[in-house]
Amino acid sequence: MTDIDILIQAVDRADSSIKLLEAVEKLADVQSEKGIPTLIAALGYNNPGAAVAAVDGLIRIGEPAVKGLLDQLDSHNYTARSWAIRALAGIGDPRGLITLLGAATADFSMSVRRAAAKGLGTMKWHWFPDDLLEIAQYEALDALLFVIEQDEEWVVRYSAVVGLQSLGITFGQPTSEIKGVWRCQIERQLAQLLSTDLSLTVRARTENALQQLRSQSPNPPLLSVPSSLSTMDWHLILEKLYERKGVERQSIAEGDPRKYRKLAVTIHHRPHPNLEN
Amino acid sequence: MDDELTIQSDSSLTVEQAIVNLQGQDLGLRVYAAWWLGRFRVDAPEAIDVLIAALEDEDDRTHVGGYPLRRNAARALGKLGHHRAVPVLIQALECSDFYVREAAAQSLEMLEDLSCIPRLIELLNDQVPGTLPATEPPHMAQPFDAILEALGTLGAMDAVPDILPFLDHDIPRIQFAAARAMYQLTPNPQIASQYGERLVQALSHEDLQLRRATLADLGAIGYLPAAEAIAQTLAENSLKLIALKGLLEKQLLYTTPLELSDGAIKVMGLMDDLL
Repeated sequence: MTDIDILIQAVDRADSSIKLLEAVEKLADVQSEKGIPTLIAALGYNNPGAAVAAVDGLIRIGEPAVKGLLDQLDSHNYTARSWAIRALAGIGDPRGLITLLGAATADFSMSVRRAAAKGLGTMKWHWFPDDLLEIAQYEALDALLFVIEQDEEWVVRYSAVVGLQSLGITFGQPTSEIKGVWRCQIERQLAQLLSTDLSLTVRARTENALQQLRSQSPNPPLLSVPSSLSTMDWHLILEKLYERKGVERQSIAEGDPRKYRKLAVTIHHRPHPNLEN
Repeated sequence: MDDELTIQSDSSLTVEQAIVNLQGQDLGLRVYAAWWLGRFRVDAPEAIDVLIAALEDEDDRTHVGGYPLRRNAARALGKLGHHRAVPVLIQALECSDFYVREAAAQSLEMLEDLSCIPRLIELLNDQVPGTLPATEPPHMAQPFDAILEALGTLGAMDAVPDILPFLDHDIPRIQFAAARAMYQLTPNPQIASQYGERLVQALSHEDLQLRRATLADLGAIGYLPAAEAIAQTLAENSLKLIALKGLLEKQLLYTTPLELSDGAIKVMGLMDDLL
């Protein structure tokens, strides 16, 4: 029996919540792919401490845990599902994007919306191929702007502000004109939130986000670990994104950021973007 | 996972219907209407009137003599913010039903009306005749935690000698409620921080319920030095976020326009990691 097997067995045999927590923490610490199924199972034990440790461990393992986490989403264990979304949000793998878009805007649990909103800002954007990047980022922006305007829970709007800050920093190195437009859009919406949000805490975080965006250094280092996703993975992501775009959310007011949807699609379909300067 | 508000907004009831139901014959509808008016913060004058009347209800009794409708009415009146309710809530502190007294103390705390302080002190000292203990273990004689919290929030300096013995109460939850009140009632920040630190220590108590209650205490007093310990506590992130929100808003209290102190920025950093 290997060391990992012993650690896995300790989780399976834990007979108190403290022992379970300790066993999960130890297993999470070794960051072994072999421990993934056990860590995912620990999301469903109704032990918040153990679940937090398991989520942390899964985030550190990263990409290899994504498949198992996506499978977990189909289970009917509501608690486990919400922790799985939190892990996906932390990993930032593109295969989790569609889940996070749906969860941030429509999940009935505020803790799931909260985790998803933050995760939308911190996707591994550098993994995306060029032809998918803009549409994916547009959808994330769209979802987050929807959340800061519409969500009733302060903590979810707070999280969306954090997500928008991350996204805005990503757009701070404009590689296309549209990203400059989006970046301005984020700053404008945040500035508006600063005077309209009912929660003092949300307003404070918004002020903080604006300060951080304005003081952004011109060239933060980009992580350049290449993606190992297959062509099939990307194909599925693109297909689901298009499906999503097919389902419009209610009516869109004049001046609404979602008006840019058309623009994004136009740009996306042009083989050689030829925007006026 | 975290504390989910499972009760979704209820559109099946209207304000008018709730007020009618509260005066009707159906005890189930009455007790629900009282809860509903508080939950949706219906502060129409008629709503206040019927809730005040409900505080003297004699129809709705449990088999051991409790007053379910009065409990809900007392809770609702705290949320509605009308000071007209203060005299009847003070009267409710004499109710034989422990849970009515608990709800009344909590609501008086929310209404921040100082006129209830003398009665709260009498209740703390268990000097109000006719009051029965809780029907659930540990069968406390009085809702001491609610009373202590109210006295702290109301700034009842005169109550300090009566509060001090509760720092050594047998029940940890009561000790911590006393520490929370003493933190609020101690003007010298250095001395007050002793009570704050006592609450910080309680965050590593083995009982999860107690850790949760302590998170709420620290959020309520906005004790900044607890920030890291709150973030590290073994409890639901949503509760830790609410506690940190309390710390943050205390930092922002006197800054218009918004000025973010180092403390405020640090707290937000901790909150970001819990999202």
